[in-house]
Amino acid sequence: MSAAKAEILTRIRDALGPSPVVPEIPRGYRAAGSIAHDGVVEQFCAHVAEYRATVHRVADSEVAFAVRAILGEGKRVGVPVGFRDLGMPVVEDHGLSVAELDALDAVVTGSALAIADTGTIALVSGAASGRRALTLVPDHHICLVAASSIVPSVPDAVAALGPDAPITLVSGPSATSDIELDRVEGVHGPRVLDVIVFA
Amino acid sequence: MSFKTAARETLQDAQLRRNIGKATTLIREKRLRAVAELPDWERLRDAGEAIKASAMATLPEQLERLEAAVTAAGGTVHWARDGAEANAIVASIAKRVGTDEVIKVKSLATDEIELNEALEAEGIHALETDLAELIVQLNPDDKQSHILVPAIHRNRAEIRALFEQTIARGQSLGNEASAIAEAARLHLRNKFLTVPMAVSGANFGIAETGTIGVVESEGNGRMCLTLPRVLVTLMGIEKVLPSWQDLEVFLQLLPRSSTAERMNPYTSLWTGVTPDDGPREFHLILLDGGRTQVLEDEVGRAALHCIRCSACLNVCPVYERVGGQAYESVYPGPIGAILTPQLRGLDAAPSLPWASTLCGACYEVCPVKIDIPSILIHLRGRVVREEQSKLTPEALAMKGMAAAFATRRRYEAAQRLARLGRGPLAKAAIPGWTAMRDLPEPPKETFRDWWKRERGEG
Repeated sequence: MSAAKAEILTRIRDALGPSPVVPEIPRGYRAAGSIAHDGVVEQFCAHVAEYRATVHRVADSEVAFAVRAILGEGKRVGVPVGFRDLGMPVVEDHGLSVAELDALDAVVTGSALAIADTGTIALVSGAASGRRALTLVPDHHICLVAASSIVPSVPDAVAALGPDAPITLVSGPSATSDIELDRVEGVHGPRVLDVIVFA
Repeated sequence: MSFKTAARETLQDAQLRRNIGKATTLIREKRLRAVAELPDWERLRDAGEAIKASAMATLPEQLERLEAAVTAAGGTVHWARDGAEANAIVASIAKRVGTDEVIKVKSLATDEIELNEALEAEGIHALETDLAELIVQLNPDDKQSHILVPAIHRNRAEIRALFEQTIARGQSLGNEASAIAEAARLHLRNKFLTVPMAVSGANFGIAETGTIGVVESEGNGRMCLTLPRVLVTLMGIEKVLPSWQDLEVFLQLLPRSSTAERMNPYTSLWTGVTPDDGPREFHLILLDGGRTQVLEDEVGRAALHCIRCSACLNVCPVYERVGGQAYESVYPGPIGAILTPQLRGLDAAPSLPWASTLCGACYEVCPVKIDIPSILIHLRGRVVREEQSKLTPEALAMKGMAAAFATRRRYEAAQRLARLGRGPLAKAAIPGWTAMRDLPEPPKETFRDWWKRERGEG
């Protein structure tokens, strides 16, 4: 044990005394599984739109068409390796360099789940969401959200997620509240966020 | 400088007062709406308070669990007794990486230990990437004034003018806030893509899993946490949460209390090092830096529960008028008034516990129910007791008064002396009291003298 560690732990034990009181944690708030799923898709779409993301609701079979409609012709589009067919040329992320990521016009990925209450999308590093840099460096992110993956609340999401892979919770495009405490879209992360909710 | 003296200076700045008043009024109304949406808000606060208290009561165990989990996930954990030790660890990592520049995510802990200055002294430039931090860093005479929005004292026009003189020299940015944000984006873009090392703070460190969380808006945090080869995170030891499940409480309490949103744009959660995703090297520095000293005070230790949301600043009538700079600390406002004197020692900031009207608005909004007014009163008591134990002029005067009141002879003699000593002499002796008030004129004749004259010896 380092000297610093030993000293800090000793200081803490001295400060707390021999028998510190450990309070019970009252978890009387709305726990995971306690809120009904009725209307979660509508609520999620409404809350994401309030962050000035653009929401599209389509059938599963129309996803590729919707992506092409958003992007138009001639864009360099990145996707995670083995991503679903979009019916257009794409660049698979076999470890693209930062410069290569920066040269992309847009990126299309899936997501792990979404939260209706807060309009939040959870990206979990892996096959569906890609690695973190892929959804960060390009300026336009098109994110696919399965309607069946939308959960009502934050506790539902925390219960479904775990520490095994990096997680990014995304609630709207990049924004700042640093100018007069008002939310303004568009700083360092993707400035355009399209969310395609499919069922 | 005492709070009173510093506040007198900032109160002269009408522009600053207007800027802060406008922003805090806006955010107060938004926060009320964001909180009213959750029917279980009070129960979340109860849980938040208890989780923090429980984490503090079991702190040695939680920190060792956190260290073990981070290490198992491929990270390296360092312990730092004070700021100097933490700064030296960061500098040594930067030297080993061989970089003379690091990019930074906004972190109050690094501000507290003056990491940027320490790195500069070692020839390493620390570049702040948060918009407000950048605004403050670009103006050498400026200082932070808010824990969430360090440049809250600057309005859009002032920020625009600053950028047009610095990072967007020769350009006309226009009046849209988005143009200001765009200038910051262009300025920092290449740094994000090329600098090999980043430094961040932490909103949470989860003992159970070793997961670290950073909550932000702009994406500068994601850039720093994802792109550089080496990531160093400085975390105060009080930021530890025992379990993964605890995230469900704080991910609800924090955004609604800070920016008054249902959720902030980006929250990053990572555990150690992940192959093929993000930094190859992760260092977590656990900082004491006065926190164990705060823990010693059974009443004052609740200040360590703070999750840095800044709701208490935004509702405080004193903060709204004097601004954050008068508190002369990284932590201004009500939480600063109880945290700064405890972290630095009461001697270093004895006037801060009086920087409040005790109106209680801070306690009402605090998402983890820190009873700031009670701690303020408690700290005032501590300051007075410590002052009394020293031979200050005031303490001497009080002792003298006690002696004078003890016997009739001495009391009468003192009254005669007071009549002789009024005017310039007394003013010079107690300047703090007489600067704002008139010293009452002692009567020409005391009641005792009058009685003696009229009725003889009583």
